[in-house]
Amino acid sequence: MTLNTSRRGFLKSAAAAAAVLYVGVRPNGALAAGSAPAQLNPFVKISADGTVTAIVKHFEKGQGPATGLTTLIAEELGVSMEDIQYEFAPSDPSRYANLAFGQMQGTGGSTAMANSFLQYRQAGAAAREMLIQAAAEAWGADTAELTLEDGILKGAGQEAPLAEFVAAAAQMEAPAEPRLKDPSEFRLIGNASVKRKDSLPKTNGTAMYAMDLHLPNQMVAVIIRSPRMGGLASGFDDANAKEIKGYIRAAVLPNQAGVAVYAEDTWGAFQARDAITVDWDFSNAESRSSDQIREELLAAVNTDPEYNVTGADQAATAAQIDGAAKVVEQTFYFPLLAHAPMEPLTCTIEADEDGGVTLHDGCQFPTGPHIAMAQIFQLPMEKIRINTMFAGGSFGRRATPTADYQVEAALAFALTDRSRPVKLVWSREDDITGGYYRPAVAHRVRVGLDADGNIAGWDHRIAAQPILKGTAFESMLVHDGVDHSSVEGVAGSPYQIPGQHVGLTDVAKATTVLWWRSVGHTHTAYVMETMLDQAAHAAGRDPVEFRLALLEGGGADQQRLAGVLKLAAEKGGWGSAPEGRSQGIAVHKSFGSYVAEVVEISGNANDGVKIEKVTCAVDCGIAVNPDVIKAQMEGGIGYGLGHVMRNEITLTEGEVDQSNFPDYEPLRIGDIGAIEVHIVPSAEMPTGVGEPGTPPSAPALANAIAVNGPLVTELPMNLNGVSFA
Amino acid sequence: MAISLKLNGQTHQVEAEPGTPLLWVIRDELKLTGTKFGCGVAACGACTVHLDGEPVRSCQTFVEDAEGAEITTIEGLNSKVSKAVQDAWVELDVVQCGYCQSGQIMSAVGLLSENPKPTVEEIDSFMNGNACRCATYQRIRAAIQRASEMMEA
Repeated sequence: MTLNTSRRGFLKSAAAAAAVLYVGVRPNGALAAGSAPAQLNPFVKISADGTVTAIVKHFEKGQGPATGLTTLIAEELGVSMEDIQYEFAPSDPSRYANLAFGQMQGTGGSTAMANSFLQYRQAGAAAREMLIQAAAEAWGADTAELTLEDGILKGAGQEAPLAEFVAAAAQMEAPAEPRLKDPSEFRLIGNASVKRKDSLPKTNGTAMYAMDLHLPNQMVAVIIRSPRMGGLASGFDDANAKEIKGYIRAAVLPNQAGVAVYAEDTWGAFQARDAITVDWDFSNAESRSSDQIREELLAAVNTDPEYNVTGADQAATAAQIDGAAKVVEQTFYFPLLAHAPMEPLTCTIEADEDGGVTLHDGCQFPTGPHIAMAQIFQLPMEKIRINTMFAGGSFGRRATPTADYQVEAALAFALTDRSRPVKLVWSREDDITGGYYRPAVAHRVRVGLDADGNIAGWDHRIAAQPILKGTAFESMLVHDGVDHSSVEGVAGSPYQIPGQHVGLTDVAKATTVLWWRSVGHTHTAYVMETMLDQAAHAAGRDPVEFRLALLEGGGADQQRLAGVLKLAAEKGGWGSAPEGRSQGIAVHKSFGSYVAEVVEISGNANDGVKIEKVTCAVDCGIAVNPDVIKAQMEGGIGYGLGHVMRNEITLTEGEVDQSNFPDYEPLRIGDIGAIEVHIVPSAEMPTGVGEPGTPPSAPALANAIAVNGPLVTELPMNLNGVSFA
Repeated sequence: MAISLKLNGQTHQVEAEPGTPLLWVIRDELKLTGTKFGCGVAACGACTVHLDGEPVRSCQTFVEDAEGAEITTIEGLNSKVSKAVQDAWVELDVVQCGYCQSGQIMSAVGLLSENPKPTVEEIDSFMNGNACRCATYQRIRAAIQRASEMMEA
C-alpha cells in the first residue's frame, strides 16, 4: 500500500467568485481549493448555505466508506456527523485513484480506509484552515484565536456559522500543510457512537441501487450466456418469444458470448429469454467436470511443484520432515464458490446529449468499465461518465478484470440505435451459473515435529487455478510466475516456522475465476490454522500456546498477531468451554489486519453441530468507526462460516450444476448463535476490515469440530461428514 | 388483463398478464423499488410484502391473486409496530449493503404483529426465509428484540 504524503504542494487556484468551496487534490496530488469542481478533485464541497458534502471515492456495498470517509472530513473540518452529507465520486482515475492501486479508481483489497485516511483528513483540515482564515480576516482577529467546531466559528468575541465565510474561503489558496488533529483531539474518529450514514434510506426503502433505476423509455436487456466457458452463439430462434408481452427483439452479441434479449420490462425479458433457443458452437468450449478438476488439483500437489515460492530448499525440508520424530500430513480440497451478492448484477447505459454515454452502476472499479466503454463506443475517456449508486453487496463480484457485466451492457446498448437507455439485469440463476468463482484449490502439507514437539520442517504445496495471471492485474500480483493470490497467507505468514517450503502449481481453469472475500486467504488460513492445531495435538501442546511459541521474539507483526490471539482466547473463555461445548481457535493476518476467532459449538459431526458463539478480536490499527468494524467482523464471520458449512459450485461437462439459492443455500439467521467482537486499541495506521474477518472463521469451526470428530479436509463440511443441527 | 390493486392505501389500475409476479408489477409498473428482487423463487425473502397484514413473497404471488387484498410495501409501512421496527433498525445500525433489509423489516413487522414478545428461537424460526448475504443476522435478531421493548413503552 502506498500512502504518499510528501507530494503536497501549494498550487494557485483560479478561483472565480462563486460561493461554493471545494477542497481536494489536483492530479499531481497537491492539495487545492477553489470554487469550481473541474479545477481539482474535490473531497469536500461546502455550499453557500453551509451544506457540507463529502465526495466519497469508494463505492458503498455495505462495508462502510460512506460513513468512514465522511467521518474523516467531519473530524478535521469541525462539523457534526449530522451536518455532513456524502455523494459518490465520478469516475476520474487521474484524481480519485485508489492510492494502493496506482492510477486506478476502485474499491477492493480492504483498502478504502487505509488509502483515504490521510487524504480525506487533509482535505477536511485544509477547508477548516481556509474558513478560519476567512473569519479572521472578517473579524480582524488572529487565526490562532479562532476555532471551528460543530460548524460554528468562534473566537475574538465573535461567533458565526461557517456558511458566512464560504464565499471568502472559496477565493483562497489551499494551505500546503494543514495541521491534522492529534489523535487525542479526535471527537469522531474512534467514537463508537458514530452512526452509519446510510441506515435510514436502507431502512425505509428509499436507498437507490442500480437495480432500482428506471430511466424514461428504458429497455430491459437480459443475456443468454453460453452454459460452458468458451461456447459461442451462432444463432437463435425467437418464434415463441414473439408471443410474450413486452418482448422487443434479440440479437447475438458481437463477441458471440451470448444473445441479448430486449424487452419493455424485466418480467417480459425473463419470459422471452426462456422462450428463445440458441445455437451454440461448443467446439472450443470447456468440457471438464469439477470431479476432473479436483483430480487434476490433487495430482498436482502430489508432484514436484511448478514454482518454489519461498526459495527454501525443498529437499532439505523433506529430509528434516523424514527425520522428524512425528509427521503430521493432510491433503485439502476447496471447491469453486459463487459470491452471490444479494442484489443480482445490473447496470444501465444511456446516451448523453453530447454524444457520450453514462453508465449507472453500483460500480466497484470505475476505471475498468470506463476504459472498456471508451473502446466499445470509440469515445474519448471524458465522454464516458459513471454514476456510482449503492451496491447490494459484492464480496468481490462487482470487480472483474474484464468488467464483464458492464461490457455486456455496453455491447447490448451498442447493438441498438441508442435512443433508449438499456438496463442490463441478471437473474439469480445468471449469478449462480455465470462464472467468476473462487477458484478450486488443493493443498498438501507435511509437518515434521521433533522429539520436543517443535516444528522441524513444513512442506506446503498448493495447486490452484490462478486468478490474476493473464489479466490486467497480472503485473501487480504475479511475480516470477507465482500468482500471489494463490499463496498469500501461507507465504509471508507471520509465524516463524523453521524449514518451511512453499510450492505452487497452476492448473488450467475450467471456468472464470475471481477474488472472493479475502481471496487466497479463504483457503490458506484454513490450511495453516487447521494444520497448526493438528501439529499442536500431535505435540501434546495447547493450540494457543503452540501458536504463541511460533510468534515469540518476533517483531511488530508477530506481536500484533499474538495480541489478537490472546485477546480472543481470553474473551472467548478459551479452555473453559461449558459442558457439552467444544471450542476451536484460529488467527490470521490479511490485508494488514490481524484477526483471531474462537468458535464454540455444541453437538458433534455425527449428531449435528450447532455454532453457539463466535468471539472475535481484531487489530486493524486506528479504529475509525468501531461499530462499522464490528459489523464487518460479524459479516465476515458469517460469510466464511456459511460457505464452508454447505456451499460449492460444481461442473458437469463444463456446465454449472447449481442455479439458485435452493441449491446454493445461504447462511440463515439461526445458523450462528452469537458473535462478540473486541477491537484492540491501536495508534497504527488503519488497515482493512471488509475481508479480514472471514479467513479465521472456517478453520476455527473446523478445529472445534475436530475436538470430538474428524478434521474436515474437503469442503463443504455438510458433504464431507458433518451434519449441522 | 386489467387488474385493480389496493397498495399502500391507494387503488391502482394496472395492465398485466395473468401469472405475472406481483413483485414486477410493484417494481416495474408502479415503480416502488423498496421491494427487492433477489432470487425469484421465494428462497431469499427480499421481495417480502404484506397481503392483508401477512408477509408473503411477492415474487411467487400472482398479481391476480393480490386483487382485493390490502397490499403493503416498505414504502407504505405506517403502524406502531413498523415504527418500532424501523427505529430499532436505525438505532442498532443493522444494515450493511441494505438490499435485503426491506424484506427483513416486512417479515419482522409480520412477526411482531402476531407475536409481540418472540423468543430467540421464535425469531430465528420466523426469519429463516429472509437471507442476508452480508450476514447482519446478529443485529436483525437484536433489533427485533429492541423493537419488542419499544412497543411496550
